[in-house]
Amino acid sequence: MLNYLLFIATIGSIYGLLALSLNLIWGGAGMVNLGLAGFFAVGAYASALATTDAHLPIVAGWILALAAGGLAGLVVTLSTTRLREDYLAIVTLGFAEVVRLVAANEVWLTRGTDGISGIPGPWKALLGSDFNAVYLLIVLTILALVFLLMRRIDRSPYGRVLRAIREDAQVAQVAGKPVLRFKAEAFALSAGIAGLAGALYGHFTSYIAPDLFLPLITVYVFLAVAGGGTGRPAGALIGAYLLMVLLESARFLVELVPVISAVQRAALKELIIAVALILVLRLAPGGLLSERVPAAPRLPMEGKS
Amino acid sequence: MALLTVTDLRGGYAAADEIVKGATLHVDSGDIVALIGPNGAGKSTLLKLIAGLLRPRAGQVRLFDREIAGFDASAISRLGLAFVPQERNVFGSMTVAENLEMGGFLDGRHMRDRRDELYERFPLLAEKRRAAARTLSGGQRQILAMAIALMNAPKLLLLDEPTAGLSPQAAEDLFDTIVELNRTGVSILMVEQNALEALVVSTRAYVLVQGRAEREGSAADLASDPTVRDLFLGAKAQPMLAGKSGGQT
Repeated sequence: MLNYLLFIATIGSIYGLLALSLNLIWGGAGMVNLGLAGFFAVGAYASALATTDAHLPIVAGWILALAAGGLAGLVVTLSTTRLREDYLAIVTLGFAEVVRLVAANEVWLTRGTDGISGIPGPWKALLGSDFNAVYLLIVLTILALVFLLMRRIDRSPYGRVLRAIREDAQVAQVAGKPVLRFKAEAFALSAGIAGLAGALYGHFTSYIAPDLFLPLITVYVFLAVAGGGTGRPAGALIGAYLLMVLLESARFLVELVPVISAVQRAALKELIIAVALILVLRLAPGGLLSERVPAAPRLPMEGKS
Repeated sequence: MALLTVTDLRGGYAAADEIVKGATLHVDSGDIVALIGPNGAGKSTLLKLIAGLLRPRAGQVRLFDREIAGFDASAISRLGLAFVPQERNVFGSMTVAENLEMGGFLDGRHMRDRRDELYERFPLLAEKRRAAARTLSGGQRQILAMAIALMNAPKLLLLDEPTAGLSPQAAEDLFDTIVELNRTGVSILMVEQNALEALVVSTRAYVLVQGRAEREGSAADLASDPTVRDLFLGAKAQPMLAGKSGGQT
């Protein structure tokens, strides 16, 4: 039971990283990334290959995952600059599918649908049964660092420029903000974090394969960020853990339904998640912790110096 | 001295439809230049081409003797040309103070100094500094939009229909603000639907028809041109402009 809880907490924290990644660009700059699973996969494969085939240390694999995700993000944003903004969503969706298909078919590099097994975990042999607890601590530390960075960005003039771009890129541009540079930077950072999350996932489960990176992951992360509150890192983080609770309880819940087959149970689980997303969007469109937007002052003369 | 010289500028939103078809105009230091013309003449498009929001297909745009056609909008803004779009021109969810911060690529201290200067010039903004921009009235919003542009201390301000949607009183106040601004050394090129009022405050004007500057002249000359008057101004133009030039009311 303890191992199960540690497992859930670790996967939940990895979803937390993905939620922070999405929140930076979606909540922050209003860019829609439907290919989160693709950047997640890029990081997972980069680190897995670096530490198995190339025998690099795990930390080097993680740094590589961060860089590979960021680079992929940069390529995707810069290749869509001449398109209208909504096309970014479509391009990212396509990007994630391309990554998955490349992983499934370029057998020489990725071992195809067999996946990569035996991805080393830090001090795994030494720790034995304590591995899960130690790994959770490592993931939580990284999550905390990324969270602090995101909160810092959120409250900085840089974060305010991102919000300005979300609200109106044209006005931000004529006011002298290089919109494209801000967008590319934010997207690359976000994709890098998603890549790092992928690496953390691979080294935790020790096995990755193309069918672990389905678009459904992206949908889950959107649910987490929308439910927790777009535009605030704390909201995204809370949303990720709530999502994990929801995913796991949905799994137990469908077990209780009699008569239906296993396939139907899996479908029912997806149904519950879908209903949850609709309910969140309908009942709490701003999420649990919504962005703080200044209200009109009560006294018109307030603040006059 | 010519701040801005536009020569035979062409362009539009898509490659296929050319809205501005060879516009030529110039703005001198100290000018208030009005761009008037019927709907669909390409007035707003021309401003966007100059400001870099749209990419010109052909022609030249020279700002301070420097060719800027094809530059990115933020780069043009840094060179001292600020554009105030017509409608969505402030960040609604941000406070007035944060909005001002968005204009300007100055470091923190210079930014705050500049902001304080603008608070002094527009006491209204100082009063409302903590209010969200979406809570401002139409006229107040236009002032804020201009102030965002002024954060960069531009030499030339492009205004796209600043009085659109304002009450006659608010429009008049805004024109006063524009004239005051001009006195502080900012040249202005504005597109206006309120052609008559625009001519009253302008030094020179262009009449844009079907993507070309068809007529150019001093505001008074254009207002007395019978074709222009019939087309855009209406019968009440004559007495008001006569009042302006003759000093009678």
